[in-house]
Amino acid sequence: MLIRGKVWKFGDDIDTDVIIPARYLVTIDPAELAKHVMEDIDPSFAGKVQPGDIIVAGKNFGCGSSREHAPMAIKGAGVAAVVAESYARIFFRNAINIGLPVIEAADAAREAENGDILEIDTDEGYVLNTRTGKSYPTARYDAYIQDIIDAGGLMEAVTRRVQARRGEQQVS
Amino acid sequence: MGQTMTEKILSRAAGRRVRPGEIAEVAVDLVMTNDITAPLSIREFKKTGLERVFDPSKVVFVPDHFVPAKDIKAAEQAKVMREFALEQGAVYFEVGRAGIEHVVLPENGLTLPGQVIIGADSHTCTYGAFNAFATGMGSTDIAAAMALGTTWVRVPPTIKLVYHGTLPEGIGGKDLILYTIGQIGVDGALYSVMEFTGPVIDALDMDSRIAMANMAIEAGAKTGIFACDDRTREWLARVADRPYEPVDSDPDAEYAKVIEFDVSNLKPLVALPHLPSNVYPADEVGDLPIDQVVIGSCTNGRISDLREVAKILKGRQVHPNVRCIIIPGSQEVAKQATKEGLADIFLEAGAVFSTSTCGPCLGGYMGILAKGERCVSTTNRNFRGRMGHREAEIILAGPQVAAASAVLGRVASPAALN
Ligand code: SF4
Repeated sequence: MLIRGKVWKFGDDIDTDVIIPARYLVTIDPAELAKHVMEDIDPSFAGKVQPGDIIVAGKNFGCGSSREHAPMAIKGAGVAAVVAESYARIFFRNAINIGLPVIEAADAAREAENGDILEIDTDEGYVLNTRTGKSYPTARYDAYIQDIIDAGGLMEAVTRRVQARRGEQQVS
Repeated sequence: MGQTMTEKILSRAAGRRVRPGEIAEVAVDLVMTNDITAPLSIREFKKTGLERVFDPSKVVFVPDHFVPAKDIKAAEQAKVMREFALEQGAVYFEVGRAGIEHVVLPENGLTLPGQVIIGADSHTCTYGAFNAFATGMGSTDIAAAMALGTTWVRVPPTIKLVYHGTLPEGIGGKDLILYTIGQIGVDGALYSVMEFTGPVIDALDMDSRIAMANMAIEAGAKTGIFACDDRTREWLARVADRPYEPVDSDPDAEYAKVIEFDVSNLKPLVALPHLPSNVYPADEVGDLPIDQVVIGSCTNGRISDLREVAKILKGRQVHPNVRCIIIPGSQEVAKQATKEGLADIFLEAGAVFSTSTCGPCLGGYMGILAKGERCVSTTNRNFRGRMGHREAEIILAGPQVAAASAVLGRVASPAALN
């Protein structure tokens, strides 16, 4: 997958309470959630972010709650990918499960600035900063995780398995 | 090479010997969601076309975050969960017979040594206090587990934390875990398991262990875990009616890191805004006047916490400028607190004593902060905006500091009362 988009830069330890405050957790509609994305760290963000943009952040992105509403709000706002130095593990899983590309690239994240254009190639495994021309290699996902991504998300992968099981039961 | 207790639990659940770093598919013993996370799990579960969850006796639903429902939308979410739970014959705890998930599940003997427990709530790591491998995931992961009875985990490396010395009087699990997070940072245990050990831990009561395991996530850990000892068994003997198989770490187990602390001189601590790692002794933060105190949550809403609070509030008054909100962690805790006369002490002192709920802990309701207000709270997160306005301040503390602060109207330890 090739992603090209404008950078919105954030700091370290961006937690799920600022990504989507709990007062909005009374819906599971991504469009509703997207109206309040990042509200408690930058109240103007939801109005500024454009489809295809990229969030770049420091260490431990998405720490805190297990709320899947956090990656849903980001994806719902049209953000094409997140590039961070590191992720909180629940957020990382949630993002993969719902099909929000999350890329761990410490130097690329550190050196990117607001407004930069990043090019991300998840197949070739690199992030390119078009302002500096610098390219950063990224690690591949584990096969298990890549399978979830290839299936289009976790539930799609699970549904395939459930159907395959049913098929076996009918044969036997 | 030996194995850590975590590696043993995961090996057992995977049906093969697993090593840190690899991805394993493991059988789950308990799957939990709450009123915020269940609706999404249920919607995703239904996508599989399955009609029944893998085992209704292992699937638990707890309404606790916004209940008794704070508004229509919250009521509708809780209704989605309730209807699904009843239709599935799953384990369900209704308002009035329940409370906060991480208080209720252990109380009902559902979280046992050696188990793999996953929940759509980040503080699922609480059950590590009972020698279980317990970790939080998102709603979709939980939906998959409700369908398959399995989940995938990357087998985490283990960090061994050894606590030496003797804990001073009045210092509890909350101080220990705040101290630890202050030392290693909010990503100090990222992706790892925190194994809590040492003489101080051996002497620690279960409620304190629970408070410590609860906040492992605040150091970025996948979970925290304790060995199963006599205290654990005693605790479980009162509530659990099923056999369980504890695990212990081998003497030659491999650790990613071993960190040793001497906690003999530990003081009552607080975490100042806006990170749980921003830790200072309560009596060294200067004059910080407060508007509110919240005592409760899955960290410190247990009966032993309320007893400590009552000791301090007995015969004293909450400061005129302070709202003190005391929320028992469960209906059982509320009953016990009433029986022991603690509820009377709270009410006489001018505090609110409410029904059990997560409420203000996540900025839900029942104690939301206005702009510029400052609160001392026994909860586990002081992130910006967590309890209300983004320009409000949350200061984390143990129950004694919270109670002393309520009386004095400023951040203070019990020593400042005399
Ligand atoms: S009490 Fe707070 S931390 Fe615990 S489950 Fe409820 S909202 Fe989460």
